[in-house]
Amino acid sequence: MSLQATTYLVVGLTFAIYIGIAIWARAGSTKEFYVAGGGIHPITNGVAIGADWMSAASFISMAGLIGFMGYGGGLFLMGWTGGYVLLAMLLAPYLRKFGKYTVPDFFKTRYYSDGATIVAVICLLAASTTYIIGQMTGVGVAFSRFLGVSNSAGIFIGMGIVFMYAVFGGMKGITYTQVAQYCVLILAYTIPAIFISFQLTGNPIPQLGLGSDFVGSNIPILTKLNTIVTDLGFSQYTTQVPGSKLNMFVYTASLMLGTAGLPHVIIRFFTVPDVKGARQSAGWALIFIAILYTTAPSVAAMARLNLHATVNTAVVSNGDVFAEESSIKYDTRPAWMSRWEVTGLLKFNDKNGDGRIQYYNDKSKDAAFLAKAEAAGWKGNELIVNRDIMVLANPEIAKLPNWVIALVAAGGLAAALSTAAGLLLAISAAVSHDLLKNMFMKDLSEKGELMAGRIAMGSAIVGAGYLGLNPPDFAAGTVAIAFGLAASSIFPALMMGIFSKTMNKQGAMAGMLAGIGITMFYVFAHTGILYIKGTEYYSLFGGKNFFFGIHPNAFGAIGAVINFAVAFIVKGFTEPCPEDISEMVENLRVPKGAGAAAADH
Amino acid sequence: MEKSRENYWKTVLGLVRNILIVWFVVSYGCGIIFAGALDSIKLGGYPLGFWFAQQGAIYIFVALIFFYSNRMAKIDEEYDVAE
Repeated sequence: MSLQATTYLVVGLTFAIYIGIAIWARAGSTKEFYVAGGGIHPITNGVAIGADWMSAASFISMAGLIGFMGYGGGLFLMGWTGGYVLLAMLLAPYLRKFGKYTVPDFFKTRYYSDGATIVAVICLLAASTTYIIGQMTGVGVAFSRFLGVSNSAGIFIGMGIVFMYAVFGGMKGITYTQVAQYCVLILAYTIPAIFISFQLTGNPIPQLGLGSDFVGSNIPILTKLNTIVTDLGFSQYTTQVPGSKLNMFVYTASLMLGTAGLPHVIIRFFTVPDVKGARQSAGWALIFIAILYTTAPSVAAMARLNLHATVNTAVVSNGDVFAEESSIKYDTRPAWMSRWEVTGLLKFNDKNGDGRIQYYNDKSKDAAFLAKAEAAGWKGNELIVNRDIMVLANPEIAKLPNWVIALVAAGGLAAALSTAAGLLLAISAAVSHDLLKNMFMKDLSEKGELMAGRIAMGSAIVGAGYLGLNPPDFAAGTVAIAFGLAASSIFPALMMGIFSKTMNKQGAMAGMLAGIGITMFYVFAHTGILYIKGTEYYSLFGGKNFFFGIHPNAFGAIGAVINFAVAFIVKGFTEPCPEDISEMVENLRVPKGAGAAAADH
Repeated sequence: MEKSRENYWKTVLGLVRNILIVWFVVSYGCGIIFAGALDSIKLGGYPLGFWFAQQGAIYIFVALIFFYSNRMAKIDEEYDVAE
């Protein structure tokens, strides 16, 4: 069977399974829909959180980014897992004890005002919408390859399918569908990794393979990779740092705080029977996430190695990389390259007109290397590889069987669609329920609420899709911005709501506005206002990363510090938090008497 | 009652603080700040600092959450605040 036919078959099959389970387990009441009956076992819940969590950013984009960032890519790995420790200890058990369904509900009660709730909802919307832009980028990559069309066509088709998927709705929130999705995702991620790890190191366990010797030698594969990339003028893989160590530190912190401040993850902790279950769910979730996250470094390094080995045949044998015949001929390039060229995400430009592909770092700081490249007649790097294609292209590059390539495509589509749909539901609920129904149009009918929700979803898709055509960054980078926004607004307010008995509404509101405001200001300086290209204004401040070299994607941690500081200063000048709220906070801190999540929806 | 509740909260905060110290040391410490120095030590083919940043920190995070969850269950019972 041809690759394309196998891909359609596997993708069709997996989606039939999700839909089958969804119909079989169709939720009965609203309450069951929201919290799945409140009786989900922590392990099952952990799997469901894992499926929710593993979006296009984790599945499609992250390993590709790490592959090109080397050691510094660890910021994604530590950032997106370390946040669970914060979540498990600082938020989950207390929010579970609080016993409502949504994050705005918590703000409404704890900060006793509509004002604080509106601010929180706006912050949630800003973070979720940015998140969806990243997802749409991933959706575009997955669909363009899956259907063999250009990246923009892939995004347009993806927009339509995501909308239907989200309106169909129940897909999300049905825990057992997510369990199935998790299984497909994790198999699609680990199977090719096992194959490739075995090919390159003889050790089938990717986590150990990356620490093993390169096949047929006694050189560790990481050392081998270091040699390969430095031979081509790139930075050494195991020590490459994104900008500076300070930037890496702040970036990691931003992702961790953001993890503990994103509503679609937090909401999952309401679905466990008790406080104890909430604590354990976070642990189980992290185990299931860790399976992917500890595999990703091997996928990253080995994809990078295979890519260079494909394009320059001398790198693996330590031959002369500058020799003419080392660079492969464009006409005899492997089929996967031409398949990805169709999408526009892989581009070849024969700068020196020799019909061969020279892929190297033409911005290397090593003058001796550049001199050799010039002597060899290289006139600049000729291959542009979009980072987001690496995971999907990886099994093709390694020449794995068709069914493995098809499985990866199915996993990529599931990852992109499920998280995008989940976020759209969160956006629609925030607009129709938390903003309109509870604040501005209290007499809104149920039909009107549903309609408002769909309009919100539709506009979010169109907006995000449009921005996804010209994304601010690769999928995982855009998602990192979303985490920064959540880190600078929601996380500090939630934390102060639990750990300070005296934090008042004025402090919380001022803190959130200051935190997200300054973060957006810094992000937009680099990406353009509302991510629209051409409106960047970083030059006004003396160039990119003007704040101590901190990358805009990393700024959320700084925003969070400002949030805390502003909140406590404002609290000092305004009327204190009411007595009964302090008592409620006191009560939150002990697990006793949690009961089921209250059903006032 | 009030007294024991205060003590309970103090115990909880103490536990959280200790776990956060380990959390910080393995990720920001071993994975970032001291990664360069640790790289001279090898764990199989992994330079140790690189290993912490891309593998080790994650394993320890998992262990920390389960440690927290078990300790908390015991503390809840000790102070009779379990559900």
